[in-house]
Amino acid sequence: MLTALFRIIKYGLLGFWRNGWLSTATISIIVLALMVFEGLVIFNVLTDTALSALKDKIDISVYFKEDAPEDEILSLRKSLESLAEVKKVDYISRDRALEIFKSQHADDPKISETISKALEELGENPLAASLNIKAYNPEDYVVIDSKLKNEASKDFIEKISYAQNEVVINRLNKIINTIRQSGLFLTVIFSVVSILITFNTIRLAIYSNREEIGIMRLVGGSNVFIRGPYVIEGLIYGLIAGVLSFLLVMPIVYFISPYLKIFIPEMNLWNYFTTNTFSLIGRQLMLGIGLGIISSYIAVRKYLKI
Amino acid sequence: MINFQGVSKIYKNNGRSTTALEDINFTINPSEFVSVVGKSGVGKSTIIKLLIGEEKPTKGRVIFGPHEVNKLKARKLPQLRRHIGVIFQDFRLLANKNAYENVAFALEVAGRPQNEIKEFVPQALKMVGLEDKMFNFPKELSGGQKQRVAIARAMINHPDVIIADEPTGNLDPMNSAEIIKLLLKINELGTIIILATHNKEIVDNLNKRVISLEDGKIVKDEEKGKYGVV
Repeated sequence: MLTALFRIIKYGLLGFWRNGWLSTATISIIVLALMVFEGLVIFNVLTDTALSALKDKIDISVYFKEDAPEDEILSLRKSLESLAEVKKVDYISRDRALEIFKSQHADDPKISETISKALEELGENPLAASLNIKAYNPEDYVVIDSKLKNEASKDFIEKISYAQNEVVINRLNKIINTIRQSGLFLTVIFSVVSILITFNTIRLAIYSNREEIGIMRLVGGSNVFIRGPYVIEGLIYGLIAGVLSFLLVMPIVYFISPYLKIFIPEMNLWNYFTTNTFSLIGRQLMLGIGLGIISSYIAVRKYLKI
Repeated sequence: MINFQGVSKIYKNNGRSTTALEDINFTINPSEFVSVVGKSGVGKSTIIKLLIGEEKPTKGRVIFGPHEVNKLKARKLPQLRRHIGVIFQDFRLLANKNAYENVAFALEVAGRPQNEIKEFVPQALKMVGLEDKMFNFPKELSGGQKQRVAIARAMINHPDVIIADEPTGNLDPMNSAEIIKLLLKINELGTIIILATHNKEIVDNLNKRVISLEDGKIVKDEEKGKYGVV
């Protein structure tokens, strides 16, 4: 049993080495197929980051009347925070709102001068206190909005920004969902394509060995003994192609990473790559080796019938 | 040892059926040398395919030693084939393996230990006169040399029978004579040889048993026969 295993591995390695050109051609095609797959992984990371950044930008604000007591606002905040849909509620008091407003225009001395003059004339802070609400899911703003309208403290509420932004929020929701769905669609299509390419490439490699398989049967080789070396070859194809595809994608990622940052500031692709090296390379190897072994196993079967 | 009992083989292809063999009966005893002769397409190769289990008979039984070949499952065929050495017109060597490995392969599939392989393979290659070509690949060998590798591979397992299907078909007369000489030598050591051929000269010189086929039927079966002048 051990001798048989040893012989199978030996002939697998020998076959790989002696069919040098065929092995090289097969591996390069599998590398391409795996790179497509890796491209899909990257694509999904990008859209995920971009979409969650986009989602994060959507929020609604509740503005309170000037005479709204602070403890009323804080108790509303508490009740909002207890909702399952709500991710975060920020309280911006009237003073804090003024601070933010001032700091936003601090760069331009003319405007900030005008602001402080205007404030002096008014004699009081004209800004309203507000609650800034972020939901986990942009679709939940409808629910939050209707909850707010039924709150006991609704008398203190000046306005809710949802009403103004409803159209935009809905449109963004639609865009997000469309991108999600088409991303999934693309992933499925390209995964199937790269799996089929790998499978057929290995099938062709074994097709060129079909006569040898017949001869081995005639000489008295058992199926395990004949098939084994081809499965080992498939394993080696997958192993090498997995490592190569990863190594080839790495410099590409390194170069495009800064440009991606311009479009999606939250995305540091290179950083993602280096922190997830093991899981990424592991996935490539698992896919490559798994496909290599299974394809070889299936492809040889056809020629074992003699 | 080998026994064909009322064997017929009909190939069916797209609804058309061709009769390759019809009611074939013969027995071959241990250490016999039998030539199976007839024109191309007369059914010689079909007899061989039935004997090594590559095809199943439409009717009748094919007995080889303790095996009833027509009933063997595909899984059991390798064991049968380790008792049969085969030699073909087109040599059928493994192109990716050198002469040594081609011969060793037959022992390896039978699960024989490494030290036996190291001992027997060079012996067999020496017997066929290829001790200095041991590590050459088939593409580096001439036709005659390839056929000698095939013979070494066929005999390495000490099979009960060696089947040679037109072994000289691709060879010049000199090489052909050497191949036949080798087969006779192996036969002297007690192995059955079944030689399928349409080479009249070879058969007439052998002076051994001849089974003549015509249109899928046995027309003659003679001890010390000649290639039939039909």
